[in-house]
Amino acid sequence: MAILVYTENFDGKFKKSTYELISYGKEIAKVENSEVVAVTIGTVDAGVLNELSKYGASKIISVKNAELNDFSSQAHASAIVQAAKKVNADVVIFANNPNGKAISSRVAVKMDAGLVPAAVGIPSSLAPFTVRKKAFSGKAFADMVITSDVKVLTLTQNSFKVIEAPVTAVLEDFNAEISADMFGAKPVEVVKTTGKLSVTDAEILVSGGRGLKGPENWGMVEEMAEILGAATCCSRPVTDLDWRPHHEHVGQTGKVVAPNLYIAIGISGAVQHLAGVNGSKVMVVINTDKDAPFFESANYGIVGDAFDVVPKLNAAFKKFKAGN
Amino acid sequence: MKALICIGHVPDTTSKIRFTDNDTKFDTTDIQYIIGPYEELGLTRLLDIKDAGTDLHITAINVGKEETEATLRKALAMGADEAVRVNADATDAFFVAKQIAEVFKTGGYDFIVTGKESIDYNGGQVDGMIAEILGLPSVTGATKFEIEGNGAKMEREIDGGKEVVVASFPFVTSAGKDFAKEPRIPGMRGIMAARRKTLDVKEPVAQVLKTNVSKHFLPESKPACKLVSPDNVEELVRLLHEEAKII
Ligand SMILES: Cc1cc2nc3c(=O)[nH]c(=O)nc-3n(C[C@H](O)[C@H](O)[C@H](O)COP(=O)(O)OP(=O)(O)OC[C@H]3O[C@@H](n4cnc5c(N)ncnc54)[C@H](O)[C@@H]3O)c2cc1C
Repeated sequence: MAILVYTENFDGKFKKSTYELISYGKEIAKVENSEVVAVTIGTVDAGVLNELSKYGASKIISVKNAELNDFSSQAHASAIVQAAKKVNADVVIFANNPNGKAISSRVAVKMDAGLVPAAVGIPSSLAPFTVRKKAFSGKAFADMVITSDVKVLTLTQNSFKVIEAPVTAVLEDFNAEISADMFGAKPVEVVKTTGKLSVTDAEILVSGGRGLKGPENWGMVEEMAEILGAATCCSRPVTDLDWRPHHEHVGQTGKVVAPNLYIAIGISGAVQHLAGVNGSKVMVVINTDKDAPFFESANYGIVGDAFDVVPKLNAAFKKFKAGN
Repeated sequence: MKALICIGHVPDTTSKIRFTDNDTKFDTTDIQYIIGPYEELGLTRLLDIKDAGTDLHITAINVGKEETEATLRKALAMGADEAVRVNADATDAFFVAKQIAEVFKTGGYDFIVTGKESIDYNGGQVDGMIAEILGLPSVTGATKFEIEGNGAKMEREIDGGKEVVVASFPFVTSAGKDFAKEPRIPGMRGIMAARRKTLDVKEPVAQVLKTNVSKHFLPESKPACKLVSPDNVEELVRLLHEEAKII
């Protein structure tokens, strides 16, 4: 038996969320008395691969097929299942990100397995295999039982800590059997949003809503993000009005995020907005209206005008950062 | 061209969530049901394509018991040509995917559109499962969709950017945000027309369930929001540092 973790690489690098996956797998492996095997697709330097062993991956399978440089959920799923069978994996874990979602459902079918997407904690029991996930857009949780022999999970980002558990890992190259007919959907262009910290990776998010009146007022939002090492995001009307780029839209129909700190400025806190952000560890709201629904969900709040409060708060954050 | 669009029957986004039967079941009392927001965008986009002159026949499909028919009728009122209901509870994604794959096989469809995720159990697995069962290519979480030649050109969000993907018929895609701008609201004419459109009921094919929900929980209630005076913003910084230990 083994816990197989798909460690997607991003231009040859891993992210913190990758190590969360390994730590999560390690936690299950401890209970089941098995090992964590990582499988990665594409070119990653041995030194980078070895990072995975710091968190408990004792075997690292590197799938080298050049044709897999193009993303195809079909081909990627096939390669991962071949690796899973090779190590006799009984649990296969993915990140709950765009590619993880696209591949995991196919892996579940191939392995005749039940899938729990967006898990938020380690299984409370292995027999029956029971794991908690978010439901009703964060308004509830559900304990799901997987009854098949093989279990497939995707893990919600920032829902499990990175824990160091160094082991010596075996690195293994693997050539999967991939056929040309697995590329029926072919990427013809990849556009990267470079340079900026992405909304889903950031540990702190500074978010602006319609209360900020117009795109010309985002300078102070960006400044706060800059000071805190945060990313900026926004409510839906803000992207609908084209004040901000669409990839910044969070909420039920935008990105679902779970940062350590979410600062909402001029956002009312509609349920559909909260649905995307209520996984945040701590929420701060700044709003002129003391009855804005956001105050019911937030941990800290300032009833006040953003145009007065935010510049003062930026100064205070700056002072704090300078003193630390 | 023939499209099959999966229509989720989900609680309205503003619903108060409660559970019954020892927290094993969702309490449907006073719940208003809607078409899942992503499926609504998917259907809207297909209708836009059709209205722009493409010969496209749209079948709406739902796996659900009789109570989901009102939701399917709404899809017909928006403009879908016909509907199919597979008469079974949609409790397990694998089961649902199997039913839709089965209908696809017999209907001569060119492609399938699902929503990116359902807003009840937030699955987002059905598109990939259908595709894998049928051996078809798939594009998960498409944000743009154009019919092009003998297939479609799509965009999808990836971690840290987006990719443009082309696929020939037949394929599966799931609609994400921006698949269409604003969901279509059915008009009076559409609602009248929907009554005369075909809503076919099919019995499910057998499929072993692989998951079930053992219990539901509501989130722990957060302690009341601590208010800080706008004239003392340093206090907020202190709280975030010393109390929340987050900065
Ligand atoms: C199916 C569906 C899906 C949806 N999905 C999403 C989603 O994914 N994400 C999302 O965000 N929304 C979503 N919505 C929309 C949602 O219902 C709200 O309309 C939206 O979140 C409101 O955005 P807002 O808070 O920025 O704007 P408003 O509701 O207009 O709130 C502005 C707030 O700013 C405050 N304000 C005004 N001036 C100031 C000032 N000077 N200083 C400080 N505060 C000020 C006001 O008091 C008010 O509370 C969805 C709706 C539906 C029906």
